[in-house]
This record gives sequence, C-alpha cells and structure tokens, in this order.
Amino acid sequence: MAISTRPALPRSGEPAEVDQRGTRRRSALLRWNWIGGSFGWLWLVVVMLPIYWIVITSFKTRANYYVQNPFVPPTEPTLDNYRQVIEADFTRYFGNSLVVTAGATLPAVLISFMAAYAIVRGSAGSRFLRSVNGLFLMGLAIPLQAVIIPIYLIIIRLQMYDTLMAIILPSIAFAIPLSVLVLANFIRDVPKELFESMRLDGATEWGTLWRLAFPLTRPALVTVTIYQGLGVWNGFILPLILTQSPEQRTLPLGLWSFQGQYGVNVPAVLASVVLTTLPILICYAVGRRQLLSGLTAGFGR
Amino acid sequence: MTVLAPPPDRVARSSNPTGGRSKPVVWMVLPALVMFTAFGVVPLLGVLGLSFTQWDGIGEIKPAGLDSWTAVFTEPGLLHSLWVTFLVMALSWVFQTPMSLLIGVFLAAHKRYRGFLAVLYFIPLLLSSAAIAITFSALLNPNFGLGAGLGIEWLNQDWLGQGNLALGVLVFVVSWQFIPFHSLIYQGGIRQIPTSMFEAAEIDGAGKVRTFFSITLPQLKYTIITSSTLMVVGSLTFFDLIFVLTGGGPGDSTRVLALEMYQTGFKANLMGPASVIAVILVLVGLGLALLLRRLGGGSSTDSQLEGA
Repeated sequence: MAISTRPALPRSGEPAEVDQRGTRRRSALLRWNWIGGSFGWLWLVVVMLPIYWIVITSFKTRANYYVQNPFVPPTEPTLDNYRQVIEADFTRYFGNSLVVTAGATLPAVLISFMAAYAIVRGSAGSRFLRSVNGLFLMGLAIPLQAVIIPIYLIIIRLQMYDTLMAIILPSIAFAIPLSVLVLANFIRDVPKELFESMRLDGATEWGTLWRLAFPLTRPALVTVTIYQGLGVWNGFILPLILTQSPEQRTLPLGLWSFQGQYGVNVPAVLASVVLTTLPILICYAVGRRQLLSGLTAGFGR
Repeated sequence: MTVLAPPPDRVARSSNPTGGRSKPVVWMVLPALVMFTAFGVVPLLGVLGLSFTQWDGIGEIKPAGLDSWTAVFTEPGLLHSLWVTFLVMALSWVFQTPMSLLIGVFLAAHKRYRGFLAVLYFIPLLLSSAAIAITFSALLNPNFGLGAGLGIEWLNQDWLGQGNLALGVLVFVVSWQFIPFHSLIYQGGIRQIPTSMFEAAEIDGAGKVRTFFSITLPQLKYTIITSSTLMVVGSLTFFDLIFVLTGGGPGDSTRVLALEMYQTGFKANLMGPASVIAVILVLVGLGLALLLRRLGGGSSTDSQLEGA
C-alpha cells in the first residue's frame, strides 16, 4: 500500500496547541457539535456493546444464556466456560502463539532496523540501497494471500510443513516492508551532527547503530514491535495453510476449530475469545500511549 | 518489481560502485533483503510461474501453458468474485469515510474526550478477525442471537443466510473494526491544519459548514488519500474475517477474490487456476495503490501546509 509521505507529524508538543487562545478558537470553529458528537458517542456504543456482551456472556451458564436478556449481566456468574476452554488444549495454542509471535516479531524488527539504518545512512552513496528501499516500498502493496500458494510450495520443499517455523519465516518477511518504512522515517530524524560526532569519535557504523540510533528510535521500535506482534498474534491464513495438526495450532486457528466443535455452546466460545484477547489487552494497557502516538505518526507520514 | 532486485549473489560485487562511505553499512540490509526475497519476491514470481502449470498441491508440477488462464477466464466464478470484491471495497469505503471524517472532526476539536475515546476506539483493532467473526456470527444467530434474546422482530433475521444481508453484515463488521482507526488518522490530519486558516475563514465570515468544505476537507487531501489507500488495499485482504464469518456464503454471495483463490487452490486442489486468481489479486492491489497515488496528484511529499 503506497502510503503517501507527508510532512511529519510534530511528535512532541504540537505547535498548534501551544497557543491556548488559538486552540480554543479553532475548536469553536471546528465544533460540529451535535453531528460529529452524536456520531462519536453513538459509534462508541456500537463499538463497546459487542465487547460488553462478549465479556458478560462468557460468565453465563448455557441455560442462563438461552433464557436471559443478552445485555443483562449473569445472575449466577460461573467460571465453568473458562475451565472448559482451558481444558480443551488452549494452553498449548497459547504457547504456540507465544513462540510464533516472539520468534517472528523480534528478528523481523531487528533486521528491519538494521536495513532501515543502512538505507538512511548509505542511500546517498549506493544505488543498490536505493533499489532495495524501492523494493521494500513496493512490498507494501503485496497482499500475503496472493502469494500463499508459492509460500506453501516453498515450505513443503523446505520440509517445514506443519511446524511453527513454517509460520514464523513468512511472517518475518511480511513484517519487513512496513517496519523498514517506519523505522527509516524515524532514523532520518536523528540529527546529522550526532552521526558525525560518533564518526569523529571513531565509532564504527555497527557501534553507531546500537549506541546512537537504537536508543534514539526506541519509541518507534516499541511501536513497530507491538504492531507487528499484534499482526502475527492474530494471523490466520499462514497457520491455516501451513499447519495441519492440532499440536501446531495457534490461537486464532484454535478459536475457529473450537467454534466448529462447540458452536452451540456460545458462552464457552466467547470465553475462548476473551482468553485469546486478554494478553493483547494487557499489552495495550501497558504500551497504549506509545502505540497510539507511534501509529498515528507512522501512518501520518 | 524484479528489476529492482539484483539476485543476492551479485550483491556483493555490484553493491557499491561509488565505494567510500556507504560500504560499511550495505551489509546491514542483507538479512532483511534475503528474508524478503525468499518469502516475498520469490513467491511473487512463483505465483506467476505456477499460473502456467498444473499442480494438485501434493504431486508433481507439470507445465500447462495457458490452460489455467483460459479455465479461469471462461468460468463465471472469477467475474463474480471480482464483483463481490469490488462491492465490499466500495461499500466499506462509502460507509467508513464519512463516518470516520465526522468522528475525526469531533475528536480533533474535543481534547477532553479525545484520550478517553481513543483508548476505547482502539479495542476492535486488537481483536483477531477470527474472534470478531465468531462474535458477530453468535450475535446474529437467528435462534440464539441478539434478535431472539431481545425479542426484537427486525433484528431477528437470518443475517448470514441471505446473500444481500450477509454482504451488508460484512460491511458493517469491517466498519466496526476499522472506523475508529480511520477516525484517529483523520483527527491527526485535522490537528495539523494551521489555526490561521480557520481564523481567516472566520474573518471572511464563513460558517461552520462552509469552513468544513472549504478549509478542512481540501486540507485533508493527503490524509484522505492515505486513509482511502489503507481502506481499499486493505479490503483485498479480508480473508480471515470472511472465511470465519460466512465462508464465502451463503452460496457464493460473499466469495471475494482471496476466498475464490483459497477454494480453488486448497479445496478443489487446482493450484494452477488458483495461481491465476492470485496474480489477478496482486494486479488489482498494485493497480489500486498506484491509482490512488495518482489521485494524490504527483509527488505527495509536497507540503500541504504551503502558504500557511
């Protein structure tokens, strides 16, 4: 996806908001109070109702679910659904998802960071690096589904079919383009003088990468890691096509098969939805500020 | 795409014609390049190659010339799935863009609510498509879902059992997931518009509606293009959501290109024709991305803040 580059969002202290009076005036001008506002709050209800429903229903007994008003909290909350889900091998799926997510995201961000550094530092003097950058940019427009058949063939030939590695390798590859794009944008913002002084101090490029660029782009690195990790954690098509046995299932695939198996037991199915989402929600609660500002900055470019 | 990628073995020799400064860093790009070539570029070429072969997914791969291409183009399946893909894309754009803009304007103007709303708005993006699809298919179940539970007649329909309704549900679920994200993009864009422009409009006596259409909207041009590109190209990748929500059904009424490819390749074991569909998917994606870039009018790096 050819994300258009635009002037960078001011990342700290947006100038528009420094001037208190100006801000107030603008908000008065922008105030489409009742239309925008009602849509904003209405959509919040639309967004939150299903989530509320998932959570309360996951604590209901089956009998309770069929007779009670769907939006009334359970009269006799139960943890049975969660117990049932955990007994149905969810811990294994959870472990698999953890391995795949960590195994794909960390190397992907690491090599993307190195590539981004090389592209920013070397592009001026190397046509090769500029071509690689162009290649990555075009990679943004390749949908993963479109190349899944050759990936399937490659994985079979590598004798990796039905292993977690089969999910990890393509996940790394498809995390690279966007990671490089975002990280390069951030490395570009590091003042040239800092690189220069590192060079004068006799630091190698490798040393500069770790001691200068790494600490200065850490917010971006965290954002990219969370974003790509989320994508891998929630990934569906790679596990669907590249694995087969229940032992190699990741959570989204586990959810799907669980629904097929216990479809009528809605509270249990929803408990599985809660359990797969909980780790992400926790990460989100911890890294929220970083993710929100990093993402809008990354996509705003 | 291939022109840009010298085969990896040539890299070492031709990488650095100018010598000097860039030499110490060039190698750092190699791990990413190798991975992306192996599982991105090679498959992209591979899918084109496989479209001229016959393969059942297990046995031998045999060359088959243009057989797969003629097969795909003489069957009604392709046209239908192209149409469904287009419908999903267009409908979700038409529904999401005005909503996101409105909410974005609201969020940009109300600093007090912004943080609070942004936190909650982001939650749908955290859920996997599988989880979302499972939730909505349970909610919309005609026997045990929301309609039956609340006893509301119009809600109690076989939402996923009728073609048009299923398509509508799909667009709604997509919007449910992504409108918050696009609203946040828009509010970011709006906050970049210089205050002086709004002041000038006010001095000129423009009302709120006029200000929106004469200042806010034109200034958001690049934001709209970014957001639309993400929406449109993203809509090509709604595989998991549709797969779990409707499985392409009822009948083939929600069978988009990606699903058509999956069914042909991994269910009917016709990897040749499936590769043809995949090639079409790539072309559609690239075409749309380029088209939207074009609409942006040349170089999008031009500052939109010019004259501010």
